[in-house]
Amino acid sequence: MTQVFHIEQLRFGYTSTPVLRGVSAGFTRGEFVAIVGPNGAGKSTLLKVLAGLIRGYSGIVDFAGEPLSKLNSSRLAKRLAFVPQETHMVFPFTVGEIVLMGRLPHRTGTVFDTPRDLEGTREAMELTDTAALAAKTFTELSGGERQRVVLACALAQIPDVLLLDEPTVYLDLKHQGQFYDILERLNTERQMTIISVTHDINLAARYARRMIAMHSGNFVADGTPDEVLTPQNLYDIFEITAAVLERPDGKGRYIVPTS
Amino acid sequence: MAKDATSFLRADRGLSPARFLAVVGPCAVLCLIVLLVTPWIGSTGITWRNVVNGVSPDREIFVVARLPRILFGAVAGGALAMAGVLFQAILRNSLADPFILGISTGSSFGAVVAIWLRLETVIWGIPLISLAAFIGAFFTILLVFFIARTGGALPTFTLLLAGVTLNFIFGALIMFIHYAANFNQGYLMTRWMMGALNTADMNAVFRAAPFVIGCLIALIGIAGQLNPLAAGEEWASARGVNVRRIKNAAYFIGSILTGAITAFSGPIGFVGLIVPHTIRLIAGPDHRVLIPASFFIGSAFLVLCDTAARTLLAPTEIPVGVITSLLGGPFFIFLLRKKRGELW
Repeated sequence: MTQVFHIEQLRFGYTSTPVLRGVSAGFTRGEFVAIVGPNGAGKSTLLKVLAGLIRGYSGIVDFAGEPLSKLNSSRLAKRLAFVPQETHMVFPFTVGEIVLMGRLPHRTGTVFDTPRDLEGTREAMELTDTAALAAKTFTELSGGERQRVVLACALAQIPDVLLLDEPTVYLDLKHQGQFYDILERLNTERQMTIISVTHDINLAARYARRMIAMHSGNFVADGTPDEVLTPQNLYDIFEITAAVLERPDGKGRYIVPTS
Repeated sequence: MAKDATSFLRADRGLSPARFLAVVGPCAVLCLIVLLVTPWIGSTGITWRNVVNGVSPDREIFVVARLPRILFGAVAGGALAMAGVLFQAILRNSLADPFILGISTGSSFGAVVAIWLRLETVIWGIPLISLAAFIGAFFTILLVFFIARTGGALPTFTLLLAGVTLNFIFGALIMFIHYAANFNQGYLMTRWMMGALNTADMNAVFRAAPFVIGCLIALIGIAGQLNPLAAGEEWASARGVNVRRIKNAAYFIGSILTGAITAFSGPIGFVGLIVPHTIRLIAGPDHRVLIPASFFIGSAFLVLCDTAARTLLAPTEIPVGVITSLLGGPFFIFLLRKKRGELW
């Protein structure tokens, strides 16, 4: 199993207050990991450290055996892509143009888009079902379409690893499922490593095969969703009383808050 | 809808050299036509036969009065339009213009001090007033940069605040010197700050043109990396862009272009705002096309405005800034009404 990330005693704070208080973990190729936890637990910060968007942390973060801090953003973006909660565009870029931006790390030194860029873009748009939107501008799109377009842009980078920060938080139920279905396909068909931060525990339990729970900058549980989602954990981590039930389709468990 | 008429120019099939030429080519041709036609327009009629044969005064009017002015106008218009694109990109705001960060007041301050001190000599072919204006602009550029810089990056809001604050400080200093100066100097100062192209000579053209064209070429090279900035710094960084480096480069290139042009012409407004907007509406926001297209259309626009400035009330000159605003303003309102909700 190839190690994708190796984290040891990772500490970071935006100010003097620590947000990550010495977390350690390893992620291997092909994993589908959900990071859950209450607000302020440090989930998004952890993800941004992994995405190379936050520098100046202490501890060890290795990406594919190399210290993350040694990789510049262009080299990193060829192998790792980040999808934020929301994207705001200030100029009227079309969907096609936005997805093509994902080819930037592969197009150093040339001004024009190459046939390979167009091929990569087309493939990314087909995977995310966004090809029909190509000529629309970003603001014309619904929230679900926007997230799929940003995912297409991330996939145009041809990454091995996909990091997602609450990617479906503004989507309705149908589009949440659609979005995670795409992630599941990327994971099973292409062995793409997927690490997603989410508040939606049931969505995480349905799709992820590993779940990490965070609380106050620490990892407090790490295992399969079935192992992590116990009434005791839910009470300790989220401060809720919840019943944990089997899904009727047999695809894992789901929780029902009872308080 | 009007949108369909322009959609063939929009990129959803990527940017090939052919599409680049399809958009930038006509802009360059338009610019060339303007440059070929406008030297023959003016308060005094001249013929090309007389110019070629060296007949006075046709040849002098063409070579000394009109040609340098038109060429400098072309360089200035192109530079200001490109600078507008750059500031709009790094500030993520389509209302930004080349003067938003205080460069015009900084260079005006330099010029006003030089006028006040009666520095009327010319060194190395550059009038001391222009040199002082450029020093004023350069000083402002560095000041804004070092005030705004936090941990090596240039946060948008700090940048804007630093620029706006310096605008006020230099504005107050200009007002004070204006107040202390005599009537004649006061007139010269006011006239300088209105902007004009009539002071430009071939020296200014030869100094500015290579630099501006060099910037144009360099900018086309990095233009692709300006695109993802539209979605924010983090987003751009996640697409592999070295955000700090690209923002610093855009800031300094845009500022020095603006400062260099303003030093010779004084601040000329509206070119840097309206030209990039118009190109975005027609050809989309891809900076690889937007920058060169803005350059050529900016050139053509300013030369046309200056032609109007020197002919409409001939032999009296109208400050060119008055024309750019009077022509550009209504056109902009027209676009605003026509494309409501699509302006950025």
